Amino acid sequence: MTTSGAPGVVVVGGGQAGFSVASTLRASGYGGPVTVFAAEPHLPYQRPPLSKKAHTDHDDLRVSLVPETFYRERDIDLRLGDDVVALDPAARTVRIRSGLSVPYAHLVLATGARNRPLPVPGADLDGVHALRSLDDALAIGRALTTARDVVVIGGGFIGLELAQVARARGAHVTVVELTDRLLSRALSAEVESHVRERHERAGVRVLTGTAVRVLEGSGRVERVVTSGAVLPADLVVYGIGAAPRDELARDAGLAVDDGVLVDEQLRSVSDPRISAVGDCARHPHPHADGPVRLESVQNATDQGVLVGRRIAGQASAPYESLPWFWSDQGDIKLQIAGLRAPSDDVRLTVGDSPERLAAYAFRDGLLVAVETLNWPAEHLAARRLLERRTPVTASDLTGTTLGALARARRAAEVRA
Amino acid sequence: MPTVIFQLPDGTERKVTAASGTALMQAAVSNGVPGIVAECGGNASCATCHVYVDAAQSESAGPPNDVEDEMLDFTASERRPTSRLSCQLQLSDALDGLVVHVPEEQV
Ligand SMILES: Cc1cc2nc3c(=O)[nH]c(=O)nc-3n(C[C@H](O)[C@H](O)[C@H](O)COP(=O)(O)OP(=O)(O)OC[C@H]3O[C@@H](n4cnc5c(N)ncnc54)[C@H](O)[C@@H]3O)c2cc1C
Ligand code: FES
Repeated sequence: MTTSGAPGVVVVGGGQAGFSVASTLRASGYGGPVTVFAAEPHLPYQRPPLSKKAHTDHDDLRVSLVPETFYRERDIDLRLGDDVVALDPAARTVRIRSGLSVPYAHLVLATGARNRPLPVPGADLDGVHALRSLDDALAIGRALTTARDVVVIGGGFIGLELAQVARARGAHVTVVELTDRLLSRALSAEVESHVRERHERAGVRVLTGTAVRVLEGSGRVERVVTSGAVLPADLVVYGIGAAPRDELARDAGLAVDDGVLVDEQLRSVSDPRISAVGDCARHPHPHADGPVRLESVQNATDQGVLVGRRIAGQASAPYESLPWFWSDQGDIKLQIAGLRAPSDDVRLTVGDSPERLAAYAFRDGLLVAVETLNWPAEHLAARRLLERRTPVTASDLTGTTLGALARARRAAEVRA
Repeated sequence: MPTVIFQLPDGTERKVTAASGTALMQAAVSNGVPGIVAECGGNASCATCHVYVDAAQSESAGPPNDVEDEMLDFTASERRPTSRLSCQLQLSDALDGLVVHVPEEQV
């Protein structure tokens, strides 16, 4: 461990957000000790590819965010396979599994989220998998080499991505979703119907409004019994949402409400020497009514940057990065910029090819969020305009696209 | 194995070697080259892996593909005729010695 005498920054969690904090601290000139405790044995890695490709061997290098030398060169003490089991805000220490206590000047919680367990009998049979970690993905990738009948429980992003991976491997794939829509929390109904249609066209069977009752089989899963049918299955993957890993904070008496509660500088509302970033943090955001908890790479990265800079002593504005997200489901590229509320007014536009769609969401007459299908340029244009808070009304978009608007405005800026 | 030289905005250089077929973005990230953010991990979703290919070699690197071409209009640093998204540029032996410039801003 780095020894400069004084305690430095301790980061709990070696994922996307923890990595962002540690690398930003050094990039911003922080010279004190930086220690990252990472429960998993792998170098910090990207999760998005896990559900978009079927990894069958240890492809660590391709998902690792950066190689091991990165940490050494920057004197970041990365403790892989070492988890923090308790924290003591009064003493400013964390306790790690081996019993050791480590002091901190500032603590950053970047513990991420865990999958909600599948609450039905048979969920512990062989052949039933959840997907969060690299190890989960490797196990699913191996199972897919022989699986014929795959049942995906949960029509969210991870489930739908995996459904297409399984289809590409030639399996029969059924997605079972409890509510009457796919991606019901994240996506407008207007775009959802197109996503569903494209999955069905790609040969995925989609059963919405269907509850899974029980998984059956002797040792290994053989069938999924739903409210409507019995589905043969030799591989079941479920993705029914995630819950923040906020128990360290809760046990230490910090304010927690489905995520560690933080202020607009991402400091715990209970203790200014503790920050929380990424999937485990619930934070105020100018685009949301109340505090939100977002599960995305953008959110984890940008929050890590803000906290790293702040601790390094750089001036920091309140956290207000534009939320954005992408999901690749086979040939379906879905991207979201901004935060849509259920009451927003949504207008659907078809792009220059029928494969391309954009849904613009307006609140009080102004554009607040954009969902696109297979149209990355329109997504990027949306991000540029929303980030700069350029007001866009529905009539600005009559007969044109955001891309065209953004190009015109850029050209005007250059002329001015 | 082709070698690529990244010229950074601060005037320094990073030399990187990677197997043919590797995306230029991957070669940068695996070697910790700063300034190639690659938020989407190479899925042509983010435009944070923007580079300028050295003008003399721009032709051998080839033009951007259609989706990339559209995305390049919205990069954080200005688009130039030699702009590419490095996740869409596959290295090959023919590109040995390629020089690329990393822009000031990616996000
Ligand atoms: C399969 C999958 C696909 C995804 N696809 C996309 C996508 O396409 N686009 C997108 O924007 N987002 C996607 N996401 C979401 C994105 O990966 C997460 O939002 C992001 O990883 C959150 O970063 P984080 O650092 O907060 O959490 P994580 O990356 O989950 O990292 C948290 C780490 O902390 C460790 N940890 C927890 N508790 C402790 C402890 N007490 N001590 C030590 N270590 C601990 C955990 O082991 C974990 O490794 C996907 C997620 C998954 C699972
Ligand atoms: S890495 Fe995202 S577009 Fe290249």
